[in-house]
Amino acid sequence: MNKKLQFVTSMLAVVALSSALNAFEPKKPVCLAPAKPGGGFDLTCRLVTNSMMAAKLLDKPMIVSFMPGGVGAVAYNHVIGQRANDPEMIVAASTGSALNIAQGKFGNHDENSVKWLAGLGADYGAVIVKADAKWNTLAEMLADLKANPKNFALGSGGSIGSQDWFKAALIAKAAGIDPKEMKYVAFEGGGEALTALLGGHIQIYPGDIAEFSGQYESGKYKVLAILSEDRLPGKFSNLPTAKEQGFDVVWTIWRGFYLAPNVTEEQYNFWVAKIQELVKTPEFAKERDLRGLFPFTKIGKEYDTFVKAEVAKFRTMAKEAGLTK
Amino acid sequence: MEVLSLLGSGFGTVFQPLNLFLIFLGSILGTLFGALPGLGPINGVAILLPICYTLGLPVESSLILLAGIYYGAEFGGRISSILLNVPGDAGAVFTTLDGYPLAQKGLAGPALALSGVSSFIGGTIAIIGLTFFAPILASFAIDFGPSEYFVLMIFAFATVSALMGASPVKSLVGVAIGWIIGIVGVDSTTGVMRFSFGEAELYDGFEFLTVIVGFFAVSEIMLMLEHHSSENFEMPKITRIYVTMKEILYCKWTILRSSVIGFVVGVLPGTGASIASAVSYTLEQKLVDKEGTFGTGDMRGLAAPESANNACAGGALIPMLTLGVPGSATTAVLLGALMLYNINPGPMLFVDQPVLVWGLIASMYVGNIMLLVINFPLVRVFTKILQVPYWLLVPSVIVLAFVGVYSVNASTFSLGMATMLGILGYFLRKLHYPMAPVILGFVLCEIMEDNLRRAFAISGGEINIFFGSAINLTLWGMTLAIFCVPMLSKFIAKKYSLGKKIASK
Repeated sequence: MNKKLQFVTSMLAVVALSSALNAFEPKKPVCLAPAKPGGGFDLTCRLVTNSMMAAKLLDKPMIVSFMPGGVGAVAYNHVIGQRANDPEMIVAASTGSALNIAQGKFGNHDENSVKWLAGLGADYGAVIVKADAKWNTLAEMLADLKANPKNFALGSGGSIGSQDWFKAALIAKAAGIDPKEMKYVAFEGGGEALTALLGGHIQIYPGDIAEFSGQYESGKYKVLAILSEDRLPGKFSNLPTAKEQGFDVVWTIWRGFYLAPNVTEEQYNFWVAKIQELVKTPEFAKERDLRGLFPFTKIGKEYDTFVKAEVAKFRTMAKEAGLTK
Repeated sequence: MEVLSLLGSGFGTVFQPLNLFLIFLGSILGTLFGALPGLGPINGVAILLPICYTLGLPVESSLILLAGIYYGAEFGGRISSILLNVPGDAGAVFTTLDGYPLAQKGLAGPALALSGVSSFIGGTIAIIGLTFFAPILASFAIDFGPSEYFVLMIFAFATVSALMGASPVKSLVGVAIGWIIGIVGVDSTTGVMRFSFGEAELYDGFEFLTVIVGFFAVSEIMLMLEHHSSENFEMPKITRIYVTMKEILYCKWTILRSSVIGFVVGVLPGTGASIASAVSYTLEQKLVDKEGTFGTGDMRGLAAPESANNACAGGALIPMLTLGVPGSATTAVLLGALMLYNINPGPMLFVDQPVLVWGLIASMYVGNIMLLVINFPLVRVFTKILQVPYWLLVPSVIVLAFVGVYSVNASTFSLGMATMLGILGYFLRKLHYPMAPVILGFVLCEIMEDNLRRAFAISGGEINIFFGSAINLTLWGMTLAIFCVPMLSKFIAKKYSLGKKIASK
């Protein structure tokens, strides 16, 4: 019996060694979207699966699978707990994931529990008000808000502690008021918040510009500021940033991917190389523009460092806002 | 007429081959679900929804199919009511009162035909109402802020408890159970977990479909297995399957009145086909039944509930499409369909999704005509299907339902949950708790709670916000009025104890 076992294990070792000699290549590449189809994570996955296919970078088609629950918490726990060795799968993540990790909403796992692969696109925050609002610049709005914080409600599509709330909190801070003083109304998604803005139930909507772009031409709203470092390209190029108006508020909603915690160095490098190849192709740029995402490319170690810095930053912000101890 | 041009573009959507086929399919399946005792529009929609979604149908096509099942079921519910004295669904209870006696008199065929025509007229009047009233309501739905939504929910729950089921207390208990289930998961204002017990699968609360399938498919099937194993139905003979013009004209005012009543009841949130048919039947009894022939096979007594329950289906779509608030348990499932597709139901739906909204409305015109047409030649086929043995029917339904639940989240956890909720639902039903309030409680509690907290966030904790606007005051007035209805209905019930006896069966 013992001998048999020895034989089997040695055979396994041989098999493992020989397969290690052949370079890693996923047989059934999967992008796991930790949400229902149609949402932001789906979009993130499709960006990679579609452009990989269009640029013919993988031999096998990459499919998208879904695992909704707790804004990514279910998938995070599942990957770490049950698929820690799975090298075939990349998992979509975003600023929201980093925020949840920073606030301990992903259970016992922190940002070091997975291997961060790459960030491939971004959206930026925007301060949106009704078209007939009396303010024309961010400064006018903030002055009013500071004078009478009780008269204006900010509403957005996320709960307290979500990225939408943090955006609102940063705006409140720029106005010089304590985020705890601001009137924040949590809606179910940006669409509901926009409707409430139109109905006059809230006065300020701190939203995301790409998400808003479908409504941009409707003429019903006014964008007071974009929360990016520099002006955005294309149809948004005439919109001023908060920074150029003298308020240092930047809010990037990046979209990226992580790998399971126990993938080997070689497997990690395979994906890094593939993504590096991918971002150079015109197909990728086309797919990214199609999804209304702005260029944002950080790959491998650079992305890893970036995410960890983000989580650290959010941790401080959450503590300051009194959300965590 | 902007409405007409929009409706025209809706017909453009409808006349695509896929959508025409789906209307046809929805009509047939709906009639089937309605005809089979125990299965009703909710079960039909709940079972088909995940399948549509998994098949990757575009959202307007899915909704066209599901709505077809909805009004098709109101159409089909009459078949077993007339032939077997067993209501096919809750909306068809009052159809048995005069439908079955007619069948016993040898008039099963004309009764089926007349009820088909009444259903068609009721449905069509409601769709016309939907076409013209919905855009009007949508245009001022934007004024519904958090406080208005909250008061609207108060009104909805008042309606549920006052009108639904035999006992207001049991309805309220049902609502409370719905709330308890609905409260699980992340709190949408603060992001705090509630009653999830560290179980990641519960972070987002109970999946809507899991709850629906548990309460409506699983528990229904348990009841079916229990009830019908030993029963043997005797089918009355069907002779002529048409209705004469004279017979239709005899009922014309009843049909028209009941259609309008059904439509209005449908628009009220928290009501449903069962209330619509009850109200119209009792009213007609009062108005036209001079000789006391209602309940003994009066054609008008058959036409009243049938036109009302079909009209109700059209009316119930109005609050769903304009405010994002379901008027009935079935529209709650339809609303779930929209959310599954990440479409935000609410005041902006008419502006943002014209293809969806007008395609749906236009499809209902076509669907109603299809239902009328297929119901005449196929009535014999449907009566045959009523004789499908339960050992075949029950496993098929349960498999379909579970495939659907699994496909949404790909999790076996949901399957276990659906089973548990099904068992809970079974015991509740055994204790005569109606299921519709549970579902409405589950769906509406989130709308109610979120909007209460939003309203307080806006007002800075002042309660005046709930009495501030004209809409709010109107809604409070309507709520007060609804509380007077039970007293009135008690009075009616005493006078016409027959209807009540059968309704509570």
